[in-house]
Amino acid sequence: MTLAWLLDIASWLLLSVGGIFVFIGGLGALRMPDLYTRMHAASVTDTIGPALIIIGIILQAGLTLASVKLVAILLFLLLTGPTASNALASASLLAGYRTEYARPLPEDESR
Amino acid sequence: MYYAVTIALIITMGLALTRAIIGPSVYDRVLAMNMFGTKTVLLLAVIAFIMGRPDFLDLALIYALINFIGVLAVLEFFQDRASRLKKEDEVES
Repeated sequence: MTLAWLLDIASWLLLSVGGIFVFIGGLGALRMPDLYTRMHAASVTDTIGPALIIIGIILQAGLTLASVKLVAILLFLLLTGPTASNALASASLLAGYRTEYARPLPEDESR
Repeated sequence: MYYAVTIALIITMGLALTRAIIGPSVYDRVLAMNMFGTKTVLLLAVIAFIMGRPDFLDLALIYALINFIGVLAVLEFFQDRASRLKKEDEVES
């Protein structure tokens, strides 16, 4: 019942839940039927998976230089992942890909 | 516990590679490679602590930077090509 024990338990929990999230996101990116639904599934592995896994590693590493680098990696991943997803979605929309699984937009009906 | 996360990450990288190989459109492949790069960064961070060598974290940081720039460059290239093809179609029709 020491603090190190509690930290070990917490970091194991975070690491395993992060691994499960990453695996579910990968499965969704493989099995989903459409580009945009695949993007939806893959965004899980870009945000909460890295957050949980890296926070779990930080709890194991303690207050060292490695933790600072891990925080930098985490901030960078959280900044760039959604940006890349946004650029990908806008590029595919501009190229003319539409999803069949959404309600039609109002301007689509007027055309 | 690190090994369980490593196995999950490697399986996910395999799934992403499968999607990159069978992906019907270019954008599926770009999405899969973006996922693959993110998983590589995480795998490097975990392996650094399995092997007890925190130097690998620098490699992970650099890989994240290069992956982001690469994905944006590829997207810009294909967006350019798509708009150019559309313009050519309009000229022809």
